[in-house]
Amino acid sequence: MRIWRQAPASLAVALILIGAPASAQDSPQALRQEIDQLRRDFDALKQQYGDRLSALESKLAAAEGAARRPTAQTPAGQPVAEVPAGAAGAGGPTGALPVYGASVGGAKVFNPDIAVIGDFLGASGRNLVNPSPALEMHESEASFQAVVDPYARADFFISFGESGVNLEEGFLTLTSLPGGLLTKVGKMRAAFGKVNSLHNHVLPWTDRPLVIQNLVGGEDGINDAGISVARLIPNPWLFLEATGQVLRGDSGDDFFHSSKRGDLSYVGHLRAYHDITEDSNIDFGFSASRGHNPAGIVDGTDVGRFTTSLYGIDATYRWRPLSRSIYHSFVGRTEWIWSRRDQFDGRQDAMGMYLSGDYQLARRWFAGARLDRSNRAHDASLVDTGGSFLVTYWPSEFSQVRGQYRRTNYALGPSANELLFQFQFSIGAHGAHPF
Amino acid sequence: MKRISLLTVAAVMVAAAASAQTKLTVITTTEDVASIGREVGGDHISIESLARGYQDPHFVEAKPSFILKLQKADLLVAVGRELEIGWLPPLIQQSRNSRIQPGSQGYLDASLGAAILEIPTGTITRAMGDVHPQGNPHYWMDPENGKRIAKQIADKLSEIRPADRPYFQQRLADFTARLDAAEKRWLAQMSPFRGTKVVTYHRSFPNFSERFGLDIIGYVEPKPGIPPTPQHTLDLINEMKRQNVKIILVEPYFDLKTPNAIGRDTGAQVLVMPPSVGGTKEVTDYFKLFDYDINLLMEAIKKSGAK
Repeated sequence: MRIWRQAPASLAVALILIGAPASAQDSPQALRQEIDQLRRDFDALKQQYGDRLSALESKLAAAEGAARRPTAQTPAGQPVAEVPAGAAGAGGPTGALPVYGASVGGAKVFNPDIAVIGDFLGASGRNLVNPSPALEMHESEASFQAVVDPYARADFFISFGESGVNLEEGFLTLTSLPGGLLTKVGKMRAAFGKVNSLHNHVLPWTDRPLVIQNLVGGEDGINDAGISVARLIPNPWLFLEATGQVLRGDSGDDFFHSSKRGDLSYVGHLRAYHDITEDSNIDFGFSASRGHNPAGIVDGTDVGRFTTSLYGIDATYRWRPLSRSIYHSFVGRTEWIWSRRDQFDGRQDAMGMYLSGDYQLARRWFAGARLDRSNRAHDASLVDTGGSFLVTYWPSEFSQVRGQYRRTNYALGPSANELLFQFQFSIGAHGAHPF
Repeated sequence: MKRISLLTVAAVMVAAAASAQTKLTVITTTEDVASIGREVGGDHISIESLARGYQDPHFVEAKPSFILKLQKADLLVAVGRELEIGWLPPLIQQSRNSRIQPGSQGYLDASLGAAILEIPTGTITRAMGDVHPQGNPHYWMDPENGKRIAKQIADKLSEIRPADRPYFQQRLADFTARLDAAEKRWLAQMSPFRGTKVVTYHRSFPNFSERFGLDIIGYVEPKPGIPPTPQHTLDLINEMKRQNVKIILVEPYFDLKTPNAIGRDTGAQVLVMPPSVGGTKEVTDYFKLFDYDINLLMEAIKKSGAK
């Protein structure tokens, strides 16, 4: 009751209070201004809250996204393991025991990206000179890639044959050195030419060209432990990158061989790239390499101290119309390599090349051809020649089936006509598309 | 006295030259983000996109010329959600630019502040096609997310260049207000057509459909990133006939053969609808993207009389 009695009084006070400023200024315009001000304030407040609300909403959405990602799941509390019932009577520990060494919540986030790429090869037809098995799980390449710290990242590629394991590459890349230097330390495929630096699964063929096998150390090529430094050369016209590499000096079975610590091998590479149009570009490379070869080794001692020097040029033309980029493309490439190999019977000046073209007919279909010609490094008077036709089908981005008809005319021995086929498939983290 | 004034003039000139020189260099992965960034950064930044709007943003080639662009960048803005996973990581790695490495100040994943749809739950395998485990990356197709992208870019630019904060924030407020007004207009235009059933080629339009009320009943792709198969196309045609779907939306970078065949069979119209700025030559900025797409849709819906 008292409230009701007081109500008119407080209402009157309120009215006076509200009325006071108005009557003090005594103008409807001022009142209007004030109302406008209030409205503006209110709108600002509304805007502010709206902003905050939408920020919160987006944060919530992001948090929900993070929570749903399987890698970000955190186990609730300390993981425990139950002791098996049989152990209780033996006087051993009972009940739940904490598990030590289990990954702490969120630690899996830092696991490297892992992927495995399988390469299955089949061969039919006749090859008496260099036969490959009828069916072979040629290579299973496991990759582990992650950022090490704010200054570096690490990449490991471990290739498993049907028997035996090989560290194909394993290196640290320093990403933030001053002077624009991109430095790699570890075991790596050397930057000699184009094909040497490519892994098997990104090649447009089931094999490597004859010139690589004859002159650049066989299937593995120049692949060695060392240090690589690459720098962009600033200029207004094109992308120009110079790479210098110092390697231990062991590559291939019969190619570079280091008999003592000083027998390092060196690789230099200059790459020039230019966009001709939005749809097409051209890529040139000049390479040189030098190292000790095993020709002078007699009874385990390198008495000859012979070296091999390699020089190469490569050119790649690419065409891919941007608006139909997933359906049509063409890549034409060629590499020419000269080898100077010193050995007991004098210097052998060998030369080899390949020329290849690959055209994408449809989203999943590619057709290609390759022409091969190469001297042999040990005896430049011997010339192997060959040619291939290829068809590749991609069921998806993650697998491909390839057929290759290959004819090889060996300098010694009968010519080979072969039909090779290949299945390649990749699981795990999504790798970058090759360029 | 004369010397002092000369010095002052020189100092002012140097300062002016310095501030003119130090436009922030921003590189974005797509033209949509570049368009939004341009609105926010104004003439205090130079901004450029690596991918073009008429190319499939999943399959951009990692050209060395992009390395040169990234080398000079103060800020890299990515769409994120693994849209660029096939091409951006090697470019960043070879950029020799510590400012834009992921985790650094100059790297912005614009998806982190956006509303993301289709985040898969349960077990994900590649049997589901080329799924994005962190959700659908085509989130810029909703103006609400456009505002969120703009805010993140404005905040990031202010963080890198604190002195220009008022400038960036003022431009952000202006852009947001204009986008708010435009969004109201677009919503009003589309409101009579809410619930229109459509089929799209790829899953590029979930955010757009949710905002503007389209009902996507199927896709020309059987699974994300997997090209059409005869059986799936047949199933889709039957489903479209059953539900009386009269519109097929195709991104400019996909082949029109299958959509046209479906169109002939079902009587549906095939619309080449850009999901990105630069998707066709009329779509030159983020506003025109929605203007163009909504006009295209309205004309088609009116023509078909379908709903």
